[in-house]
Amino acid sequence: MIAKCEECDADITVPDDAIVGEIVQCKECSSEYEVVSIGDGKVELKPAEVAEEDWGE
Amino acid sequence: MKIAIVFDRIRGEEKSLALEAKHAGCTTELIDGRTLFFEATAKRSKQRFGDVVLQRCISYYRSLFLTRIMENFGTYVINTSKVSDICGNKLIGSMVLAKAGVPTPRTYVALSSEAVDQAAEALGYPIVLKPFVGSWGRMISIAKDAQTLDTIVELKESIPNPIEHMYYLQDFVERPPRDIRAIVAGDEIVATVYRNAAANEWRTNVARGATTTSFTPDKELKEIVLKAAHAVGGGILGVDVMESSDGYVVHEVNNTVEFKGAQAASKTKIAKKMIEYVIRSAKR
Repeated sequence: MIAKCEECDADITVPDDAIVGEIVQCKECSSEYEVVSIGDGKVELKPAEVAEEDWGE
Repeated sequence: MKIAIVFDRIRGEEKSLALEAKHAGCTTELIDGRTLFFEATAKRSKQRFGDVVLQRCISYYRSLFLTRIMENFGTYVINTSKVSDICGNKLIGSMVLAKAGVPTPRTYVALSSEAVDQAAEALGYPIVLKPFVGSWGRMISIAKDAQTLDTIVELKESIPNPIEHMYYLQDFVERPPRDIRAIVAGDEIVATVYRNAAANEWRTNVARGATTTSFTPDKELKEIVLKAAHAVGGGILGVDVMESSDGYVVHEVNNTVEFKGAQAASKTKIAKKMIEYVIRSAKR
């Protein structure tokens, strides 16, 4: 599945086994996106959240 | 059995946990914690999450709040909120480990910038400063002398967040340029790896570029790891250990353990072992 990078307009290839909530990265500009929905061979992305102070393990 | 995996970011770890739960014959649901809301004061909740919830949110506060809410409505969550409370705050973690007799670096806490210099003097330089909450080696610094400490304090005081105006100061432990990550599921040590610090980096977090090498733990290490895991309340944990000249020292126990780095070096299917533990615990 292919989506467009909002930052640099490059094609982002999203793997077929991707699931909603997963993060994908633009190979051209390294921008990160979260998979919002998948269906009918189409994928919708939104910019990924930036790490918060309390993120971790 | 139904296992719900609560997340706020899907990583390889969550995908492999969901896959292993499915392979084990469980009904599995991945739930985005960011989409949930609750009537917190209700006596019961109609929301049903399954027989057991595996808490995998990377936001500490979201994870803690969600676990508390779910437990309040009678849901069994791994790890429990008690474990999350202890492991999510480095001060509480250090106190609990020390009290249980687990070797851990000597740690001071100063409750304002006014007390930092005295705490530092009592501890002795070099000093490691860590945020109370946080991970991946972020904002961890070494003060080798009072001048450096003053600069760090000045910077922290400029951050408009009250928790930044209290200080966690710890002995700098001389060790090889690596530490140990032991992944524990219940009473079983699932994997042990060295985390080898990246070039020009003293921190050994995989998030900081550390590479991992698998090894077989000796008896002493096994005992200390399991003692540390037990001290914080048990469950699925990542116990971080340093090799000091005086023996093993546990500096942290992680509550929502990441295992991408450990899995890269280990033959054991870590996610499978974790799911086996979840199923065993939920049946009890």
